Amino acid sequence: MLATSRNFKAAARAGLANDNLQRALGLARTGFPLRRRLAVERLPEFEALRDTGRSIKDHTLQHLDFYLELYEGKVAASGGKVHWARTSEEACAAVLQICRSAGAKIVTKGKSMVAEEIGLNDVLEANGITPVETDLGEYIIQLRHEPPSHIIAPAIHLVKEQVAETFRAEHHSLAPERLLVEPRQMCDEARAVLRPRFLAADVGITGANFLVAETGSSIIVTNEGNGDLTQTLPRIHIVMTSIEKLVPTFEDAATLLRLLARSATGQEFSSYTTISTGPRRAGDLDGPEQYHVVLLDNGRSAMIGTEFQDMLRCIRCSACINHCPVYAAVGGHAYGWVYPGPMGAVLTPSLIGIEQAGHLPNASTFCGRCESVCPVKIPLPKMMRHWREREYAKKLSPPVYRTGLSVWAWVARRPALYHALAAIASRALGWAAGERGRFRALPLAAGWTRVRDMPAPEGRSFHSLWAQCQKSAGAR
Amino acid sequence: MSEARERILADIRNSLGRGRLDPAGYAELRARVAAHRRNPVPARATALDGRGRLELFVAMAKEVQATVTRVSSAEAVPEAVARYLAAENFPAELVMAPDPSLDAIPWSTWPLLQIRRGRAVAEDRVSLTPCHAAVAETGTLMLISGAQTPTTLNFLPETHIVVVRDDQVVATYEDGWDRLRIGGPTEGLPRVINFITGPSRTADIEQHIELGAHGPRHLHIVLVENDQALRREGDERRGASAG
Repeated sequence: MLATSRNFKAAARAGLANDNLQRALGLARTGFPLRRRLAVERLPEFEALRDTGRSIKDHTLQHLDFYLELYEGKVAASGGKVHWARTSEEACAAVLQICRSAGAKIVTKGKSMVAEEIGLNDVLEANGITPVETDLGEYIIQLRHEPPSHIIAPAIHLVKEQVAETFRAEHHSLAPERLLVEPRQMCDEARAVLRPRFLAADVGITGANFLVAETGSSIIVTNEGNGDLTQTLPRIHIVMTSIEKLVPTFEDAATLLRLLARSATGQEFSSYTTISTGPRRAGDLDGPEQYHVVLLDNGRSAMIGTEFQDMLRCIRCSACINHCPVYAAVGGHAYGWVYPGPMGAVLTPSLIGIEQAGHLPNASTFCGRCESVCPVKIPLPKMMRHWREREYAKKLSPPVYRTGLSVWAWVARRPALYHALAAIASRALGWAAGERGRFRALPLAAGWTRVRDMPAPEGRSFHSLWAQCQKSAGAR
Repeated sequence: MSEARERILADIRNSLGRGRLDPAGYAELRARVAAHRRNPVPARATALDGRGRLELFVAMAKEVQATVTRVSSAEAVPEAVARYLAAENFPAELVMAPDPSLDAIPWSTWPLLQIRRGRAVAEDRVSLTPCHAAVAETGTLMLISGAQTPTTLNFLPETHIVVVRDDQVVATYEDGWDRLRIGGPTEGLPRVINFITGPSRTADIEQHIELGAHGPRHLHIVLVENDQALRREGDERRGASAG
């Protein structure tokens, strides 16, 4: 997928001014965090599971070569095949080659963020193969030719009226006078429209939440059951996934599964957790005849051993996104690539380069909510800070900003000067603001005052109050 | 061996700052996998006795909108199924897994139930399957694929009925998994293991939870308690797969 992350600021402004988006985000803002909190409160062991989850992933990454080889061997032993891909291009080529060898015309897809990452649908379409997204949210945005705006709720930026409009425009064969007002009616319509596609598909492509090295299995977690129809009905099942999804054993997967649904939607467990190992067995009445796994690297192996390695623990639950005040204000499209929110702000520069994604690590207030809810305790703010440092070191930020930062840093390293200047500035600002106590406009601060007033400092600085407290404490 | 494979593995080792693991390292990791040691497991279900687990399973399953009928013998299953279908206004017509574990149920005592045995096809409205285990922790059913238990039954029809014996109720996912491992560590792993927790659902439009997105809209559990005949059937089957 082509990245537009460089336009983050403009896109964020557009998002703030988009009424439908703001209505849709309003529904998500409170729902996800509340449901997660209730689920976590019901499980006293949740904190312990987070620690275990973190060490499982750390252990696997430290020995990733071993587990990948073990996994590949087990997939082969169960009759499947692993295709390795260093880049998006190689991954798309591998999928295309499998589809072609089967003479595939229609490909159904379960939700896969890796497939979004490699831009698979465009490649399939360019080669005369019709990809059909089957997750309801993915289906809606495919009809609208939009990218997902959230990693588990891809159409979260839309309100139901927009979905109805899209269905009316695209489902030509249905009666125009039909009622399409409630989500229930839209779900039923999508179910009826997609069912024949499931049955007609030659190839089914799913992602994977986890890969189990011990057994050569792939695991998908869904609520709709679309992933299961996608991988059960066609002759060929392709698992489109990436190397960091490995875990050693089923027991390890079970721990992460206990974290995943609770962190994502606040469910105790998603409706369907499906463990697949190889193609159909002799005597089976259904299931695919071929089982392929396309295993993508795309920059992940280069993250190992760097300050960004911890990001490879991510299990794509979206808790950080659901708890991010910046995401909640501007929505997912502003981030301009596949992965939005805090996890996207760290992962996107790692995968497509800081030159392309420089704005994203800056799109954070560092409030720390993302890290506090991460099921595998990824230090997201710390890693965004690392990216900001790299951006600065590479001279990618604007000159005014860089100069300002150097001046501030120079002053901040000289406490006496800093305190003196701060005292003068706060007194001057307080005086200039007068009765109102706030500024409509300030030189050098237009970025702030364009959208809100700048409050003037009231009274004395913390430092001087602190010094006074210390003195009076000493006197007593 | 593909070039991409070798390059990716080399890149990983390079990033880890080491070459291939030495034989001792390999042996250590192989031992970790072979031990498949359990990580800490929530006490919610493990702290309970058999009766408590059963009640927890039922409560958790109902919480996710599964419906449950409890019967005291295999003889009572056909009537329970027929009554459920009638009450919901569903056709008394179902496709049933060709699994011998369901043979101990006297289906002929309820002749109005039309039963076909095999995999599901697009036209089927109701399916009936056995299960491998039922996990109390989250009210989750564990189903496995096989010649006698095709996966399409679990997903194509709008209504899925699952017959659960009380001795199939276990505390955790790991317990259900251990029952699979009886025949050796991973030999003979079925193609698919489905953990099913309530009916299909989606919240993709305005966070509104709707049941029956693509899979079954109704998940009905018939729980058979204290039935000796059905248990014997189950034990024999498990014994056979262990041999």
